[in-house]
Amino acid sequence: MRHPIERRLLAGHLGLVYLFLYGPILVLIVLSFNKSGLPTAWTGFSLEWYGRMLRNQAILSSVGNTLIVASVSTLIATSIGTLLALGIDRLRPSALLEGIVFVPMIIPDIVLAIALLSFFTLLNVTLGLHSIILSHAVFNIAFVCAVVRTRLRHFDKSIIEASIDLGASEFRTFRRITLPVIFPGVLAGALLAFTLSVDEFIIAYFTSGAGSASTTFPMQIYAMIRFGVTPEINAVATFVLGFSFLLILLSQRLNRGVTP
Amino acid sequence: MTAGAKTLVEIAGATKRFGPVTAVDVLSLDIRENEFFALLGPSGCGKTTLLRMIAGFEQPDVGRILLDGRDITAVRPNRRPINMMFQSYALFPHLSVYDNIAYGLEMEGVRGAALKQRVDEALAMVRLEEFGRRRPHLLSGGQRQRVALARALIKRPRLLLLDEPLAALDKKLRGQMQLELKRLQHDTGITFLVVTHDQEEALAMADRIALLEAGKIAQLGSPRALYERPASRFVADFIGVMNFFEGRLAALAGGRAEIEVDGLGRLWAETEDLDGAAVGGPVTLAVRPERVRLSVAPAGAAGQNALSGTVVGVAYLGQDLIVHIGLPGQPAPLVARLGSGSHIADDLVEGAAVRCDWPPNDSRILLV
Repeated sequence: MRHPIERRLLAGHLGLVYLFLYGPILVLIVLSFNKSGLPTAWTGFSLEWYGRMLRNQAILSSVGNTLIVASVSTLIATSIGTLLALGIDRLRPSALLEGIVFVPMIIPDIVLAIALLSFFTLLNVTLGLHSIILSHAVFNIAFVCAVVRTRLRHFDKSIIEASIDLGASEFRTFRRITLPVIFPGVLAGALLAFTLSVDEFIIAYFTSGAGSASTTFPMQIYAMIRFGVTPEINAVATFVLGFSFLLILLSQRLNRGVTP
Repeated sequence: MTAGAKTLVEIAGATKRFGPVTAVDVLSLDIRENEFFALLGPSGCGKTTLLRMIAGFEQPDVGRILLDGRDITAVRPNRRPINMMFQSYALFPHLSVYDNIAYGLEMEGVRGAALKQRVDEALAMVRLEEFGRRRPHLLSGGQRQRVALARALIKRPRLLLLDEPLAALDKKLRGQMQLELKRLQHDTGITFLVVTHDQEEALAMADRIALLEAGKIAQLGSPRALYERPASRFVADFIGVMNFFEGRLAALAGGRAEIEVDGLGRLWAETEDLDGAAVGGPVTLAVRPERVRLSVAPAGAAGQNALSGTVVGVAYLGQDLIVHIGLPGQPAPLVARLGSGSHIADDLVEGAAVRCDWPPNDSRILLV
């Protein structure tokens, strides 16, 4: 047993660490409900800023763009990433191959952003939502692949042979056996990809091209913040926080759930 | 043996290499209709590769596989009337017991009441009527195995392959399942081909056994033939426990062989055929531990195959007593097995002088 004073000191230290981590976020959430426009004084609870957020056309259109980018890139990344995971799983283990697949995950976003921009320019691809979608798909493939591979590690490959032995074709085996068994992993990967795409800024900023037509939600916030942090932005941020939190939670649940 | 003479599966000169390793080496084998056949051998002997070739998961590099006289070498596994019970059981984790068993029939297009009736029959056959709605992970090991069996049997295959079917069960359950498998084979009339490394399992269940060594058949025959008339030292050593005496063939006449063993003198064996045995050449005499008779008698007593030795170890196994006897000039002790109720059991203590002997027709001469 530790001394009571020692325990109290440790508890205090833990509290400080958490305060450092979550204090700013807590302040942001609280201020988003502040009646006054100034961050200096609390003048009462209000949902006004949430109302304003919902009436702001620029924010709404950027949210629309982000949802398009996130959905389509998630769809692409999930299909390709899942197939990639299944393919790698059949090969002989190779550290080099693993490395190549996972590079987009660890490479700094800024490097990937510059590389993608140069690539699109080189091929004379016009920039817009489609180029953001492709760019997000690039790094999300790696994330989906990683999540699905975790699932595959607990996957008894003999059930595939059992299905074929019982008369199923390869395609039917994939649809009736392989996909349902790894589905929680696929869904978890998709949710992760979606979340990453929703709040991705640097790559989208580089590959969106000029004009507000392809402005995504994080880019819109960045544009707004140049005129100072308003409670409206706090409201937006709180909203995004809640949404991301929900998705991540769901993704973790799914990847844990269902016994293999 | 209830097996008819009709050949069901013919393996003709099958060879399979994996890189530098030859897993199956120009192997030919007939499996008869309605028999319980065991492929037995140590790990790496090629038995699993052979099984997977019959299932269609591996292609032989050379040779053919015929089923009912038809060449199925190039037929894909989902088109062969052969089903397999996997070592891991390979149950579909996301499907209920009922849906696992129904899967094969669904692939054939069986639907509705006909499907339900046959699945219910299969559940009853393996006594799992109550468990249809359960997921596999909620079943015990023995129950899972019965689901795997029902799933493989429901399509009424011409041949059922079983890959180490009892390896994952504890010892007591294994004994029950041996009988259960025999019963199912008898009731369904389906030919069973079981792969196992466990010689007791093969002896207990199979009508015929092929013992494999390095991709070739070391011996094929009934359990009794393999146990009592092993063709080689490998077979004699793999099946059960055997005592070996290395020596020279001193005389061969009238089905009776005399072997000169260094340090022990002459030993006798009765033999049916010893083609290729040259008098003066090296041979091995083999005798099973339960055939060795022990007595506590004055040393040096005369008689055929009578040896004097000293007890070097005794193991009490409940029903039986295993006695290790040191013999002059022999590198390994002679192993004898006798009932623990034997009247000399109390005299068999370490260091005691004993006399061992066995009739000549209980020993075998092995050339290889």
